[in-house]
Amino acid sequence: MRIAKLIRKNATRRPLRTALTVLGLAIAVMAFVIIRTTVHAWYSDVEASSPNRLVTRNAVSMVFPLPLSYKEKIAKVDGVTGVSYGQWFGGIYVDPKNFFVQFAIDQTTFFDLYPEYIVPPDQLEAFLAERNAAIVGRKLADRFGWSVGDAVRLTGTIYPGDWDFIIRGIYTGAKENTQEVAWFFRFDYIDERMRIEAPPRAGKLGWYIVRIADPSQAAAISRNIDSLFENSLAETLTETEEAFNLGFVAMGSSIIFGLNIISILVIGIIFLVLTNTMAMTARERVSEYAIMKTLGFRPFQISSLVFGESLFIAALGGAFGLAIALPVRKLVAVVIDYYVPAFKIEPVTFVLGALASILVGLLAAIFPTVKAVRTPIVDGLRIID
Amino acid sequence: MTEPLVQLKSVDKSYWRDSLEIPVLHNINFEVPEGEFLGLMGPSGSGKTTLLNLIAGIDRPSSGRVVVCGEDLSRLSEGALARWRSRNIGFVFQLYNLMPVLTAFENVELPLLLTKLNRSERRRQVETALSIVGLADRMKHYPSQLSGGQEQRVAIARAIVTDPNLLLADEPTGDLDKQSAKEIMELLSRLNKEFNKTIIVVTHDPRAAEKARIIRHLDKGELEAA
Repeated sequence: MRIAKLIRKNATRRPLRTALTVLGLAIAVMAFVIIRTTVHAWYSDVEASSPNRLVTRNAVSMVFPLPLSYKEKIAKVDGVTGVSYGQWFGGIYVDPKNFFVQFAIDQTTFFDLYPEYIVPPDQLEAFLAERNAAIVGRKLADRFGWSVGDAVRLTGTIYPGDWDFIIRGIYTGAKENTQEVAWFFRFDYIDERMRIEAPPRAGKLGWYIVRIADPSQAAAISRNIDSLFENSLAETLTETEEAFNLGFVAMGSSIIFGLNIISILVIGIIFLVLTNTMAMTARERVSEYAIMKTLGFRPFQISSLVFGESLFIAALGGAFGLAIALPVRKLVAVVIDYYVPAFKIEPVTFVLGALASILVGLLAAIFPTVKAVRTPIVDGLRIID
Repeated sequence: MTEPLVQLKSVDKSYWRDSLEIPVLHNINFEVPEGEFLGLMGPSGSGKTTLLNLIAGIDRPSSGRVVVCGEDLSRLSEGALARWRSRNIGFVFQLYNLMPVLTAFENVELPLLLTKLNRSERRRQVETALSIVGLADRMKHYPSQLSGGQEQRVAIARAIVTDPNLLLADEPTGDLDKQSAKEIMELLSRLNKEFNKTIIVVTHDPRAAEKARIIRHLDKGELEAA
């Protein structure tokens, strides 16, 4: 027999209590992993950003537009290899609850700058040939049961009125974290109508996408672009696509903060659960530890028994929690896959979950160990004759 | 003349409950020669167990000296005292105090985990100890599968497995029926006679004390004259 065997036997001495504690730990570790994965997935758009792309927007706010005429000037800046643009549309499909993102884009350049959106060549050709054509993401098409050739009407909010489209293409993502839920259509479709219905709004767009040859020159190129439009009516702010996307993610920072707090609370709860179990265990075993001390076991050997038992239970709960996190992730992914393309448990999250279990196992053993070691043998034996 | 195995000189012991001092032992002077079988008797609360605890090095006197197996226990640190106990003392408790999750074999093996013996050496010693107490055929039994008398035999095997000089037994028959109590006392007597173990047995049962060669009485914390 070794000490390890005694630890295992002690840990399973009360099977129901140990099983419930392990189950509690497992659920908490699983919840921790899923929450951390959610937080990580929240940043998937940022991670999907290309280092070769910059975004130029109005320096005051995204709400204010930029003139279409900036395109040629930006294209001439040293280091720039391509320019495209986009505009938020904000249309409603049948009911506001059917929300999805819609972008008016420069049909001739957009998909060249976004090679991660894969459009079959014949569909792209059809998109270029028809002014009210649209290309939609695979998941978006699946959501509403659309296929190529379908006619879809959107009701504008930023651009009032009904807008009729023909779906001419369905794009897929080149990478796992590429979103497939956007609706792209031609900017000239709304621009043409604005020229007739609201001329001051014509020739105005939301942002430029700038492709650069050398990502290390991003800062210098950004400065050069912005300097072109200094003291104009629409000064620009150019930043990397990553920084631009991060700005959007930051809008949900309170949710992220809340999730992070919850993940910490979950760890706190498993700490309390295990501490409670270990405290009960130590209280029950005071006399046994006293016997062992009488036999000659020293404080560090008694400590190793308590720590060993706590770590044994924590490791079991942690391992079980990590194991059930995999199927739970799949279940959650079915629900949120539409919004979060890369809901995947990262190796670092697994490591964090395992470390959290071990840390909890260690911390939970401190109080019972102190009690076990400090209790005098005679008190442990409860013999005062 | 050889040194006595156990020497207590002017030992006092008091416990404190809050600010209240509770004297338990007073001016104990006491010697036990090697190979002796001593019965320590006295009514409940007389201080028998406290005296045994002091000899075992699991409690310290308030004043006086306790010298056991040539070691002045008051000079040893807690760690050194633990090592000393594992080498020199075998302790038998009234309620056996076996680990319920361990088999008889594993319970007896427990003190040997503190030694440098390898697995086969430990096995040999455990089997020898269990054979001496007549439980070689109960090695794989858990305490809950043994009778009270058998449990106490396992506890005695655990006490002798490291071959200590001194066996201390605190009311070893207190929780047993007459027959089992008689067998346990016979076993202790045999350990004393055949294996020359020095044994101190605390008891308030005169029948249990019959096997002891010397009987000393404690009353109200004081040792009566021999």
